[in-house]
Amino acid sequence: MAFLDALLNGLTLGGMYALVAMGLTLQYGVARIMNLSYGEFLIAAAFAAFWLFQVQAINPLLALVLVVPVAFGANWLIYQIMLHPLVKRSRDRGELEVNSILATFGLLFVIQGLVLLLFGSNYFSYTYISNVFIIAGSPIAADRLLAVAVAVVLGTALYLLLMRTRPGTALRAVSVDPRAAQLAGIDVRAASAMAFALGGGLVAASGVLVSMFTTFNASMGVVFTMKALIVVIMGGAGHLMGALAAGLILGLVESFVAVYVAPGLTLAATFALFLIVLLIRPTGMMGRAGA
Amino acid sequence: MPSIPLARAFLGLGACVALSFPAMADDLPESIRIGYAVSDTGPYAGGAGTTITPNYKLWVEEVNKAGGIRVGDRQLPIEVVAYDDRSSSEEAVRAVERLINQDEVDFVLPPWGTALNLAVAPVLHRAGYPHLAVTAVSDRQQDLMDRWPRLFFFLSTSSHYAEGIVTMLEELRASGEIEGRVAMVNVADQFGIELANAARALLQEAEFDVVYSQSYPPGSQDMQGIINSARQQDPEAFLAFSYPPETIAITDQAQTLGFNPPLFYTAVGTAFPLYKSRFGDNVEGVLGIGGVDTDSDVMVDYIERHTEMTGQAPDLWASAPTYASLQVLQQAIERAGSIDHEQVVAEMENGTFDTVLGEITLDGRAYWEGWQVGQWQEGVFRAIGPSDREGAAEIVLPKPDWR
Repeated sequence: MAFLDALLNGLTLGGMYALVAMGLTLQYGVARIMNLSYGEFLIAAAFAAFWLFQVQAINPLLALVLVVPVAFGANWLIYQIMLHPLVKRSRDRGELEVNSILATFGLLFVIQGLVLLLFGSNYFSYTYISNVFIIAGSPIAADRLLAVAVAVVLGTALYLLLMRTRPGTALRAVSVDPRAAQLAGIDVRAASAMAFALGGGLVAASGVLVSMFTTFNASMGVVFTMKALIVVIMGGAGHLMGALAAGLILGLVESFVAVYVAPGLTLAATFALFLIVLLIRPTGMMGRAGA
Repeated sequence: MPSIPLARAFLGLGACVALSFPAMADDLPESIRIGYAVSDTGPYAGGAGTTITPNYKLWVEEVNKAGGIRVGDRQLPIEVVAYDDRSSSEEAVRAVERLINQDEVDFVLPPWGTALNLAVAPVLHRAGYPHLAVTAVSDRQQDLMDRWPRLFFFLSTSSHYAEGIVTMLEELRASGEIEGRVAMVNVADQFGIELANAARALLQEAEFDVVYSQSYPPGSQDMQGIINSARQQDPEAFLAFSYPPETIAITDQAQTLGFNPPLFYTAVGTAFPLYKSRFGDNVEGVLGIGGVDTDSDVMVDYIERHTEMTGQAPDLWASAPTYASLQVLQQAIERAGSIDHEQVVAEMENGTFDTVLGEITLDGRAYWEGWQVGQWQEGVFRAIGPSDREGAAEIVLPKPDWR
C-alpha cells in the first residue's frame, strides 16, 4: 500500500515539523524575537537527552521532565537579561527584528561552541525504542509515533492555554499589538518573557524527541532553524494552528513527492509550496492581511 | 656628534642581519612545523572528527614520543599549528594561506572531504607545497593531478568503488546466489552522484534489472518513503550511495520497516565506529565502502593504538589511509634528508613505503590498492572486495534478519 505508507509517513514527518516549529511561532509571533539560535537549543536538548540516556540511563521521556524546565528557565533568563534591552531600545518591529537577529546569531555560536567543547564534532545517535506498529499493513516506527503523540499533546495543551486561560489571552493580545495590550493593563515584558521561555521549553522538548530517531552533531542546528522558520512563516507568525497546519502540509507533500514523483525533488517541492503560499498570502496561511 | 648614533644604528642593523642568519646557515630549524585546517565545526565536522583529526593527533603524538622525524643526522620534533575551517571553502583557503604565509609551516596536512581539498589545492600548488588529498575522491582524479603536480590521492576514484560492488553483484549472479534485481538510491551530492552514475552505467552494461533508482537531497533524514518504495519492488540487492547521517537513517528505518534484502549496502559511514555502536549486532551482514584486512598485524595494531590513544575506534575505510599518508610523508622527509618540498615530493612519487596498509607505492601519485567493498562480519568491518585480492574475506549472503 504505497498510498497508506506515504500518508502515515507524511503525518509523522509533518507532526515532527509542527512540533519543531511550535516554539518558534511563540518566540517570533508573541515575543517578536527572530531567534536564529533556535536550532542550537534543539541540538543542545538532543545532546542533553543523549547524555542522560547513555551516561545516566535516564530514558528520553523522563529526560523531557528534566530538560524542559531547565530550558524554560534558561530562556526566561536569556529574554530578561539579553533580549529585553533590545526590545526597549528598538523603536519599531523592524528594528527589533534586525537587533534580535544579530543578537541571537551571536548566541548561536556560543551554544554551538559549548556543545562542541563538551561533545566534540562527531555524529551522535542512540536507540531508545525500536518497535514497529503495523497500521493496516503499513509499518510505522514507534519512536516517531511517540514523537507525534507528544506533539499532539503539547499542541493541544498549548492551544487550550492560549485560547482558554487569562495568561494565554494576554499572550495573544501581545501578539496582536503590544502597545494596545499595554494600554489594556497587560504586562508586556512579563508576557513576552513567558512566551519566549515557553518557546524555549517547546524547542527543548522537540530536541529530546527528535534525538530518539535522528543522527545529529553539534553543527546541525541550522537545519532545524530553517525548517522551523519555513513552517512558521508559511503558517503565519504567532499562529499556533497555522504552524501545525503548515507543518503537516509540508510533511505530507514531502512524503507524497518522495513516493510518487522522486525523492530528489522533496526539497524543491517544499520550497515551491512555500513560495506559492507567500505569493498568495504574504502574511502566511493564517496571518492577517496587512499585519 | 652624529657619528655615535649612526654607528649604533649600523651595529643594530648588523645584529639584525646576524640574527636572521643562523637559520639559513644550518638550514634546519629546531622543529618541523606542520599546519592543518580541518572542519571542527559545520556540516563536515562529523566526517573530519571521525576520520581526520584523531589520526593527525595520533601521528604527531607517536612521532614526538619517538623523538621526532629524523632529518639528516638530527631528530626534529613536530610542532603543530591547527585551525578550524568551519566547513567553508573560503575559510579553508584563508586558513591555508595563513599557515603558509604567516605561520610559515613546513608542511600542510589536508582538510576533510573532496570539496575542501579541491578548494585548497590551487593555494598549496602555488606555494609549492605537497598536497596529500586523502579524503578526496573524484572521477576527475587524473585531470586534477595533471593540473597540480604535487597532488597525491589515496582513495582512488568514485568509479573504482562502484566497480567494486557491481563486480561483486556479477559474481553473485554468476554463482546463482541472486537473479539480478537491484534497487539503488544516492545522495544528490558530488561523491554520491559520481558513484551512482558509474554504478548505473555498469549495472546497465551487465544487464542487471534496476528496479528502483532515485536520488535524495543531502541532509535528508526521512528515508521511509524511499525504503517503502524500494521494498515494493522486492529487490535482491539494495545499494545506497549515501553520506554518514543518511547511512544511519537508512539503516535505522530499513530496520524499523522490516526491509531486509539479501544484500544491503550503504556507502560512506558504514565503516564508522558510530555505525557499530548505534546498531550493535544488527550491523551483521551489511556491506559498505572500505573494509580492513583483519589478518594484517600492522592493521590490527593500528586499530588498537588509535582506539587507545584517541578514545575512539578508527573509521574502517579512510582512517588507515589517512594515517598511512602521514607515514608516507614522514618516510619521504627522512629519505630526502630535507624538508625541501621538491625533494620530498620526488621521494613520495618514487618510493615504497612501509605503512599500516602494508607496503605501498604511490604509482602515478595515487594509491590504487584500497579495498572497494567491506562487510560487517562478526562485529568487524572486513574487506571482501576485490574478492581475488589477498586478505579478502568471503562474502556472507543472505544478510541475516534484523533483530
